[in-house]
This record gives sequence, C-alpha cells and structure tokens, in this order.
Amino acid sequence: MSGVNDFAFKMGTVNGTGSASANGLLMQAIFRMGIPVTGKNLFPSNIQGLPTWYEIRVSKDGYRARPSALDLVVALNPATYAKDVASVRPGGYLLYDSSWPLDPDLVREGITILGVPFGRMCVESFDGDRDRTLLRNIAYAGALAALLKIDTAIVETMLSEKFGKKPKLLDANHKAFALGFDYAAAHYDCPLPFHLEPMDKTGDCILIDGNAAAALGAVYAGATVGAWYPITPATALMEQFSAFCAKYRVDKATGLHKYAILQAEDELAAAGIVIGAGWAGARAFTNTSGPGISLMQEFIGLAYYTDIPAVFIDVQRCGPATGMPTRTQQADLLSLAYASHGDTKHLILFPADPRECFEMTVQAFDLAERFQTPVFVASDLDIGMNDWMVKRFDWDDSYRPDRGKVLDADALKKIERFSRYLDVDGDGIAARTLPGVGGKGAYFVRGSGHDKHGLYTEDAEAYQELVDRLRRKFEGAADHVPKPLISHQAGAEVALVTIGGCEAAVLEAADLLRAEGIHTDYMRIRGFPFNADVRTFLGRHEHTFVIEQNRDAQLRSLLQIELGVTRDTMIPILDYAGLPLTAGKVVSAVKAHLAEVPA
Amino acid sequence: MTSIAKPPVKHPTARTNGLGLTLRDYEGAMSTLCAGCGHDSVTAALVQAAWELELEPHRAAKMSGIGCSSKTTAYFMKQSHGFNSVHGRMPSVTTGAAAANKGLTYIGISGDGDSLSIGLGQLSHAIRRNVNMLYVIENNGVYGLTKGQFSASADVGSTSKKGEANEQAPIDPVLLALTLGGTFVARSFSGDKRQLVPILKAAIAHKGLALVDVISPCVSFNDHDGSTKSYAYTREHEIEAVQADFIPLKREITLPETGEEVRTVELHDGGRVRLRSTAADYDPTNRESAYAHVRACQARNEIATGLLFVDENGRDMHDHLKTVPTPLVDIPFEQLCPGKAALDALMPRYR
Ligand SMILES: Cc1ncc(C[n+]2csc(CCOP(=O)(O)OP(=O)(O)O)c2C)c(N)n1
Ligand code: SF4
Repeated sequence: MSGVNDFAFKMGTVNGTGSASANGLLMQAIFRMGIPVTGKNLFPSNIQGLPTWYEIRVSKDGYRARPSALDLVVALNPATYAKDVASVRPGGYLLYDSSWPLDPDLVREGITILGVPFGRMCVESFDGDRDRTLLRNIAYAGALAALLKIDTAIVETMLSEKFGKKPKLLDANHKAFALGFDYAAAHYDCPLPFHLEPMDKTGDCILIDGNAAAALGAVYAGATVGAWYPITPATALMEQFSAFCAKYRVDKATGLHKYAILQAEDELAAAGIVIGAGWAGARAFTNTSGPGISLMQEFIGLAYYTDIPAVFIDVQRCGPATGMPTRTQQADLLSLAYASHGDTKHLILFPADPRECFEMTVQAFDLAERFQTPVFVASDLDIGMNDWMVKRFDWDDSYRPDRGKVLDADALKKIERFSRYLDVDGDGIAARTLPGVGGKGAYFVRGSGHDKHGLYTEDAEAYQELVDRLRRKFEGAADHVPKPLISHQAGAEVALVTIGGCEAAVLEAADLLRAEGIHTDYMRIRGFPFNADVRTFLGRHEHTFVIEQNRDAQLRSLLQIELGVTRDTMIPILDYAGLPLTAGKVVSAVKAHLAEVPA
Repeated sequence: MTSIAKPPVKHPTARTNGLGLTLRDYEGAMSTLCAGCGHDSVTAALVQAAWELELEPHRAAKMSGIGCSSKTTAYFMKQSHGFNSVHGRMPSVTTGAAAANKGLTYIGISGDGDSLSIGLGQLSHAIRRNVNMLYVIENNGVYGLTKGQFSASADVGSTSKKGEANEQAPIDPVLLALTLGGTFVARSFSGDKRQLVPILKAAIAHKGLALVDVISPCVSFNDHDGSTKSYAYTREHEIEAVQADFIPLKREITLPETGEEVRTVELHDGGRVRLRSTAADYDPTNRESAYAHVRACQARNEIATGLLFVDENGRDMHDHLKTVPTPLVDIPFEQLCPGKAALDALMPRYR
C-alpha cells in the first residue's frame, strides 16, 4: 500500500511555530498536481508550545480517510521524538533536523533515518529568531519536495500568489524552500520509492473545510441573521459567514449590510436571538459545539413547542464538559435528537464532508421553515476544520427558499379566522403569520400550554392534541430529510452502517474487506427522523456493524429507540479517542467479530 | 386560568385617536393577575400611552420573559404579535426579532426576578447593544409567580410576608443602566399614571433601549408593612426628579402654568420630552449627575423617579450592525443569494 501516489506522511511540530502554512502548502501543491490528497490537522487546545501534527495522505484511488500507516514522519519536536519515531511503519522513513547530534530517541531498527540541518541552515541564512523559526518550516517543505518529487514550479506559483505583494518575504520563502530542497537532493537518493507523479484526478474538485462550506451554504440559503458565541471547533463558521457576507451582501453605494451578525454574550442568548429572528421571519442560525448545545436546551424546547424555525449547526467535539476541544467526536447525537426537557424530537442532518455541509445547510433552512421547528446540522471537528477534497460546489439559480406555510395579509383576507396551531392539512404543520402583518393575523407565542388557536390553556385534551400534532409533524419530516446512501455488494452477508465523517474510513474498509473475501452492504444515514429506507435496509440484514465515533453507541441507540431494531443484530464499532477514524480500525473490528461469531 | 377575551363592545361615544382607534382597541385579554396587582396598572398606562401615541397595533411586537409581570404582554394591544418567551431571556429574543425586522416597535415587559436575577446578563447586553425597544421592569422586589421569594431588587431589611428579613444588597436597574451606557433611563410608580404615561410614550419614541423601572407592588406577597415595595412605602418615599410630559410634534403643546423650570429634550423622531425638574439644577442629559442624584436619593431612603437620563444621540444596535434601512425580512431572496455565477467565480479560490 505504499508506492507512487499512494502513501502517507506526517509532520510533528510545535504549536505556534508557523508549521500550519508549510503543511498547507504541501497539501495544496499535491492537490494541484492532480493527485487526490487528504490533510488532517491534529492540534492541541493551546495557542503556543504544545505538540501538533499534520498528516497528509496521498491516494491515487481517492481514499480520504486518515491513513492507517505512515511511510514518512518528519520529527521536528524533541518533546515527541519517541512517539513520532514509533509511528513510522516498518521499512518507512524518518526525517529530522540534523543541526544537532542524532537524539537517541530517534534511533530505530528497520527504518531509514534522513537528516537535514534545517535549523543551522536557517540560522546561517536568515536574521531574527522569528524568521528563522518560520522559515525552517518552508525548508522542510523543500526537503519533502525533493524526497517526494513535488512539482517545484507549482510551489513557486503558490509562493508568488501568497507573497506576491511582499517581495522580501517572497525571496526569503523561495530561499528557504531551495535550502531544504537542494540539501535533500544532494545528500539522498531522491525521490524515495514512494513519491508523486502528476495525475488528472482533482480537476473538478476543491479543497475546503466544512465550516467554510456551511457558511457559504448559509449565504446561499439567504440567511440574514447569524448569532453565535465563540467555541472551538465552530468559530470559523461564523467568521467565514461574516467574510462571505462582506463579499456578497454589502450594498455598494452605501456600504450598508444586508445581514446582521451578532456575537452574543453566551449560547443562551445566541439561541434566543436566532429564535427571535426566526419568529420575525428571517432565516437565522447559530453555530456552536457540545457545550453550547447544552446551554441552548431550554430555548430549543421553546422553539419546538411553539413552532419556530431555527437552524443550529453543531460542530461536535470531544465531551463531556470541556473535554478535548480540538478533538473530534460524534457524541452529541442523542442530545440533539431529544434536546430539551419534555417530549421533544428534532430534525437532524448529518453531513459527511464539506460538500454536504454546503448542501445540507441550505436544506436545513428549508426544512426549518417548512416544518417550523429547530433543525440541526451535525458536523464535527474533522469535517469542520480539516480541508477535504470534494467535488466543486454547484448552484441552481432556479432555487427558491421553501418558506413553508406563511399567511400574508392577502391570504389572511381570504380566511375567516386565523388559528395559529390549527392543522388544516393533516400534516401537523399549521400556517404561521409574521409579526407586522396585522389584523386577524396577530397572535401570541407562549411557551406555556396553548391550544390550536394559540390561546393559553391547561386543558388536558388540548395539550395532548398539540404534542400529538408536533409528533405527526416530526414523523412527516422523515420523507423530507436526506435519504441514506446505500450500496450493495453481491453476496454480502453483513452490512456496515455509519454516519457523517466516518464514511471515508468505512468505504475504504469495505474495499479492504472485499479484497479479503468479506462482502458488505453499506448504508450511511443522512437524516433524522429515519426514513423508510433506513428501516428496510436494517430489516434486510441479519447482522449490521454500526460504526460511529462515541463511547455509548448513540446512533445504534437511536436506531433501536426509533425503529425498534433489536440489540444483538447491531454490532457496535466505536471509536471515541478523538482522532479521525481509520479504515484499519474498522477492518480489524469487523474481522475480530466475524472470527468470534461467523456471520 | 385560561385566556379570557374581553367582550368586544364599543361605546359609541368613545374617543378615537388619529387612527380612528379607541382605548379599547389597545386592550388585550382579561388579566388573570391578582386583583390590585401593580402590574395591571402598568398595563393600563401602556394602553393609554400606545393609544395617545397612535401606535399602529400591528406594527408593534410585545415581548416578555416569565413571571406575573411577563404576562402583561397578553393584556394589551391584542392586535399586536406577542412573544412570551422563557425566564430571563426576553432581551435576546427581542434582539433577534429587532435584528430581523427593524420596522416594528418592540415593547418588552419583564419583572425584577426575570431581569435582575436569571436575566441580568441578557438585560445588560441588550442595554449595551442599545436594542431599539421599550424595556419595562415591573419591579416588586419579589418573585410573584413562584409565591414570594426575595428577588435581587429586594432592599436590605425588607421582610418577606413570612417575616424573614432580606440581608443582601439590592441591584438597582436604574444605576445598572446608567453604568452600562443606557441611553434612556427612567423610573416611575405603577400607581402614578400621570407620571408613567408620558414616560412610556417618550420611551417608545426613543431610538435605542429605553429602560423604565416601574415600582409595581405585589399585593399578594409584597404589600405589607415590612416591605419597601408596598404601595404605602412607595407613596411615602418617592422623590420625583423631573415631571415628564411627552409631546409629539403633531400636537399643540400645552403646559400647565407652574412657574417651575422647564427643560426640553429633543427626541430622535422629532418628538420631545418636556421636563419639569423638582431640583432647579437637575440635568437629565448628564449621566454623572443622574447617577449621583439616584445615589443621593437612595442614601436618604428615597426613590428617584421621573426621566432620569436620556441621550438622544446614542447609536442603536442597527447603527452598530451597519444594516441597510430596509428591514432584513423584507429584502428579496434574489438580493441575498449571490447565485451560480458568483459561486463558479469563487471556486478557484479553493484550488
Ligand atoms: C428556568 C426557569 N427557572 C425558574 C422558573 C420559575 N419562575 C417562574 S416566574 C419566576 C420569578 C418571576 O419573578 P419576577 O420576574 O419578579 O416576576 P413577578 O412574578 O414578581 O412579576 C420564576 C423563578 C422558570 N419559569 N424558568
Ligand atoms: S402574585 Fe403578586 S405579582 Fe403576581 S399577580 Fe399577584 S399581586 Fe401581581
């Protein structure tokens, strides 16, 4: 599994030393060579000084999961030498800074150790500690370019694009890149056995992270009010929304904004703002992560019980509590599905990559308004903050927002009496009016007991009628949330069921299993409530592996609760250490189980 | 306890305002509060103020949190949309609604529990953002709806109905608003319609957040001898800073002959508030002296009422957000969505 255009490498550096831009440069250069590539940033919850890693996987076959093995490790952080050396696959390579004598930690039988004196070269060539540190990263990018045969013309173009307006910086970067490149070329057999050859497999693709993609989705959906409170890993989403709005929504003549972005005092307020704006008729959303979702619970229940549209984009991270803010998980599934007290159920969309973040964010606004209810987009840190190679985004100009049932002044004239929660069509969705419409359209939103006319009541039947309507509405949404993605293999005996960003690893695992004679059917769930296809698929398989990133098998629980599927037919494969899932993990878990209980 | 609609009888001789609406048109559902509750007097003052201001009912939105006080929104202007949200969070809901639709008049009603305990953060930030709204606190020093616990505005030494004395210093919403840069700060008394109505009118006309703290006694739990928010106590200890009279431009200004010093404050929409100071040197446009006045009254065990501070040049939330004049909800989708061509042009940035 390691050869031309099929290998993985990783850089171990120190947070805050500027390695991110060198790593990004490498990843993008490979992408521009037409070769499918994935980058995973494994960073600490810290601004400066702690260990950080960046893994780049090159896959001619287009696999996008985190690599199961590393062919080359660049060890630049003495604090993690031992760990980094241990992570090289047998027969692989280690690249280190040979400005100083070889650290005993770096010695290991069965791997090839390459030294380049990055530190010394940069001290000799550049002034100032900061420059020397920053440029050392570009120097290792240069050495990797020689070792892996990265197209230097592409790198030069990229450096010019980045520093074109700052000739001094451009020169320094060029120089640092050449230092590394020339040293490696002069001292080692370049390229290494695994290296890059140009392809044409990225032409219709882009590299983008899920937060930027969701932000763009919100702009395209016509969202005008964004309210939020900063939290990793969701922060960049609203920052990107702000940047896109500045680009597309500023009135040229006056400089005034066709949007309102409010940095709230906390998540409680962010949720309140979204609900107020949704009630007033704007498409409004908030972006947050687990701790924020916890704080928003009361308001989520209010919006559910009073039929108010609101979009919540949850970029999940490791919990409980502050947990590991810069690590990924899918552990908010249950708390989203039944968020808030009382009998509640909510619509959720589960994107698997940034392209789906874009599309599903648009859908979330349509669903929120159609069903007049909170809708969650359950992204996660891996999708949200890592750059993914996805098909370029498309837009159909004939799209018009689904505003759902809204009665304007004209429509109100035609009816005798407006009753806010009257289910005329039998689908559980009552028509609403927006504040300002006047006349008989005025009504009173209350989180306390109300009847179908919107009037206060504690009447037992009226309450039950209302919550039954809400359940009907929820059930009706099953036909409107995205269907699962399903694929079959001939002779499949077991099925793999998964959700969100696990897809990359699970699809790869399916191929690996097939190569070993284990055929699998596949289903990725994309929406809650589960639609009929989910039930049919589960019914058709004696055994399914449910693969997800949390400790307690939350997806499996949801399937059990909502569909009544029995426990033992669903075998959990759980990965919850906080790192993106690898195919290797899925393969070994499936095989281990099959060895125990032949399917 | 249900919503009780009032019988829609109109007296043929009832006076109408410029919109052809009578006072009754500004009423809401029948109150379910205790007979004699101060909050109902505030409702009556709001009805009067809205009628006199000729507020179009459908262009107003009534916002509240949770508490007896927060029920007030149900009892006036039945033709307006209303929102009875969750405890202490009326400010954020109003902020969102105002962000979405700046074309409406927002009337927020809250209680001292709602605003000064659970909702203190949201109140503070609504003041800081200067959300364009009237923010009434119906202040009774207790939690009415949960039956008589002390609220954060209960004075030291004030006793509960059971006789237990409050030990903790109160939070004074007026001092809070002055400190946080509030652009309109007033206090009145539910039983003093003569003072309260013009203050409410000026507050509604104010651009930005107008905080009106109304001492509004709770007859069930806080109208007894040990209370400092009882009718009797308030009547005895009230000190009127300035007597306010709101005069919109459309009406001729008639002022009773009093011979006292009169100050006029220009309002943003062209209306003005005429102020009659009890103290000749009281300046309602000076934040520091307003603060000093309230503190001085407090030190003397007195309650400063009246329009205490106003700044008509304050920038409101939409000024800060730099939004277009059109309410965001009225902007057509075509102007919001950049379209396919823009997306195609953007894609190369991600290569
Ligand atoms: C989250 C939450 N906690 C507690 C309550 C219970 N609760 C309802 S009203 C209220 C106090 C209201 O007091 P105040 O705002 O002073 O209004 P009043 O009833 O005195 O007019 C409380 C604590 C609630 N509704 N929600
Ligand atoms: S309990 Fe107090 S505040 Fe509540 S309605 Fe009765 S008198 Fe008013």
